[in-house]
Amino acid sequence: MEDLISLAVKAIFVENLALSFFLGMCTFLALSKKIETAIGLGIAVVVVQAITVPVNNLILNYLLKENAILEGVDLTFLGLICYIGVIAAMVQILEMVLDKYLPSLYNALGVFLPLITVNCAILGGSLFMVERDYTFVESTVYGISSGVGWALAIVALAGVREKLKYSDIPEGLQGLGITFITVGLMSLGFMAFSGIQL
Amino acid sequence: MNPETKKTLIDPLINQNPITLQILGICSALAVTTSVKTALLMSVALTVVTACSGASISAVRNHIPGSIRIIVQMTIIASLVIVVDQLLKAFAYDTSKQLSVFVGLIITNCIVMGRAEAFAMKNGVKASFIDGLGNGLGYSLILIIIAIFRELFGAGSLLGYEILPLTTDGGWYQSNGMMLLPPSAFFIIGIAIWIIRTWKPEQNEAPDFKIHESHLHTSAPENH
Repeated sequence: MEDLISLAVKAIFVENLALSFFLGMCTFLALSKKIETAIGLGIAVVVVQAITVPVNNLILNYLLKENAILEGVDLTFLGLICYIGVIAAMVQILEMVLDKYLPSLYNALGVFLPLITVNCAILGGSLFMVERDYTFVESTVYGISSGVGWALAIVALAGVREKLKYSDIPEGLQGLGITFITVGLMSLGFMAFSGIQL
Repeated sequence: MNPETKKTLIDPLINQNPITLQILGICSALAVTTSVKTALLMSVALTVVTACSGASISAVRNHIPGSIRIIVQMTIIASLVIVVDQLLKAFAYDTSKQLSVFVGLIITNCIVMGRAEAFAMKNGVKASFIDGLGNGLGYSLILIIIAIFRELFGAGSLLGYEILPLTTDGGWYQSNGMMLLPPSAFFIIGIAIWIIRTWKPEQNEAPDFKIHESHLHTSAPENH
């Protein structure tokens, strides 16, 4: 149990997907202008991440690993194409389920749900799971907490950017430029967590 | 080379740069730039994938039903990335270990998808190949510039060769460790965008709010 909590804290703060691995940066920068959209996107990422990382873990262990289907056949090189397929399919299924049973959440998430397929934080989460050899339980915890870490980062950035638009910034730096500098400072702040050991 | 082709190739370098103007493909631009070697390898990998996927998607563009085009594009891109990944593992194993998940992440790199969707679906094979090449090179340009700054000032070397002798080895240069940490990549791209936009002001974004004249320079003594 303890190492699971430690894994979760590590994934949320120390190895934050957005701020220390730069994953999902495109959506991170493009959709962080308002807190509300940031929260919607954050929730969507947590949900998708919590489903896809464990599912990809099952696929890796029961289909692709050496000797999993056929004796002596190693299919790990097909990993990438499988993971992205699973992600695309999961997002699609999630979209249909939400549309049927939770229309209010579906409407709130809106266009962000399909966009998540091409968010590198999601694929990155699965690839880190592969690289670090997580078990099924560990990958579930890692999926949820890395999603939470990403959501935390985008909501925090959206909060800063909402205030930032009232400030007097040199012309060339307005918009994208100052956002990068802000994210840099946030990433510097998150480095303070790097000493945490549980 | 006719002017149209030349424009497709040269435009993405500065005027339509995928990273600084279109904000595409930033994840890897930040993550692999701690040394020039990884940046070079990543640039080659991405340029090859963008150009080849552009060409192959353009070749089948008239046969793809509109509703499943994203999945078809994804599959083509993922196959190309697997080829690149296997080649890197075979011929540059150490560097491919350093790149870790970022080679796989070329699949979700917005530059590749963006060019497939915006250009290759509407244009011929050759034009799409050149467009992919141009965008790949625009990405490479920024990546290599950032990597040069980070490796030179962070480790005092370029491509592993010592340029500035470090104090730890009896030289004179005190290395700036922050350059090798994640935040510096954000600062360098931010400043690069500032420089490009000062040089080419038409890329500036319109501000959401304008600060009224009377609120500016309030602390400075006014000359009436």
